[in-house]
Amino acid sequence: MVKVKNINKHFGKLHVLKGVSLDVDKGEVVTIIGPSGSGKSTLLRSINNLETVQNGIIEIEGNKIADEKNGKRIHISEKEIRENCKKVGMVFQNFNLFPHKTILDNIIEAPIIVNKEARNVVIKRAESLLQKVGLDSKADVYPFQLSGGQKQRVAIARALAMEPDIMLFDEPTSALDPELTGEVLSVIKELAKEDMTMVIVTHEMAFAREVSDRIVFMDEGEIIEDAAPDEFFNNPKHERVKGFLNKML
Amino acid sequence: MNSSEEFIKVLEYIGKITPYISSGLGVVVKLYIVVIICSIPLGLLCAIGKVSKSKILKGILELYTWIFRGTPLLLQLFFVYFGLSKVFHFNQFQAASITFVINYGAYFTEIFRAGIQSIDKGQYEAAKALGMNYSQTMKRIIIPQMLKRVLPPISNEAITLVKDTSLVTAIAIGDILRNAKEIASRDFTITPYIIAGIMYLVLTSVIVYIFKKLEQRYSVYE
Repeated sequence: MVKVKNINKHFGKLHVLKGVSLDVDKGEVVTIIGPSGSGKSTLLRSINNLETVQNGIIEIEGNKIADEKNGKRIHISEKEIRENCKKVGMVFQNFNLFPHKTILDNIIEAPIIVNKEARNVVIKRAESLLQKVGLDSKADVYPFQLSGGQKQRVAIARALAMEPDIMLFDEPTSALDPELTGEVLSVIKELAKEDMTMVIVTHEMAFAREVSDRIVFMDEGEIIEDAAPDEFFNNPKHERVKGFLNKML
Repeated sequence: MNSSEEFIKVLEYIGKITPYISSGLGVVVKLYIVVIICSIPLGLLCAIGKVSKSKILKGILELYTWIFRGTPLLLQLFFVYFGLSKVFHFNQFQAASITFVINYGAYFTEIFRAGIQSIDKGQYEAAKALGMNYSQTMKRIIIPQMLKRVLPPISNEAITLVKDTSLVTAIAIGDILRNAKEIASRDFTITPYIIAGIMYLVLTSVIVYIFKKLEQRYSVYE
């Protein structure tokens, strides 16, 4: 589903991703954890072309959005990348809802503008998505009228409205008050039950353990552990992971 | 002569000169409308150019706003009317319209540019993640939010423009101020200036009211 092979990313002198590779299969839920500055958000954002990698290969459902030959980057047009990323939905730490649009308009915007779908079809889908995230009564309000948890649930519905095959979550609960994280996490768990392919960057250890098929640990731009949750929490191989888990749990 | 007779005389005088002064109102309103209608879209286009990736375009636009915000409007008006109109044969009103549109376009460019750049990076990212291209993102997401944010500075410019139209007096267009000045120097009195001042106040009040309504309309989402 997603194939990341040996990607490198530099921000100026900072080497953020050091030859990272990651495969995600269909229906798999992969959580990326690690200390801040380890490159986990950058890795996630590369899968959606929000960051462009300097070299390496990124493939989404067989379509390349980054490619190289003999270590040299091959140019892929913006348009082609956009097309290939269409099946990737993304949820941000800060929600990034469109403040000038109502909740319903936030959700129907992209399917109508990008996919040129018929408005009434999209509205039906948006309404059932709002129901799914428990916000069907909020269709006509503006984002500023919602709590953080509600905003994030709308953001999830907005991403789902594009009918993605893969969902990326970039610290979806980090900007929320502790009592609001639950409602967002339960929506994500619901998606996991429906076999949505997901890559999640999070600091919620209990959630990661419950929802993931695999947990990937990143440190200083490298993946240093990649294991099933039980294995990861009970028997981590790497000293660095043990140290991190001791601090977190 | 008692004071009530004197008062009636003043009223009569005001009644006599007001029609002449207000005959300049038409040209003021006409110029104002032309400038607003042309310079706001011009500013918007230039602002979009200024936040684009093209270095050449950005350079040209930088030069444009530098010159037109950095020199007096009156000087620009003289340059266009006494200089360029020799070549292009503008009449006074055309010369004034062109100068004002270009000058106000420069200010609007900078206001819109600042507005666009004030929109959070997350808005671009969210639009991109939803598959929108650059022009869809600008048109549907960035510019509508920007317009709301820049209403107060735009309203300032719109008010200043009312008063700046009086500069056309200098190229012999019979606007409110020029007509008032004619009578003032004929009759040795400042009454015409007071009448002209009231007319400008009425005009600016209308503009203030319109922008207040606009701000109310756009404030629904915050």
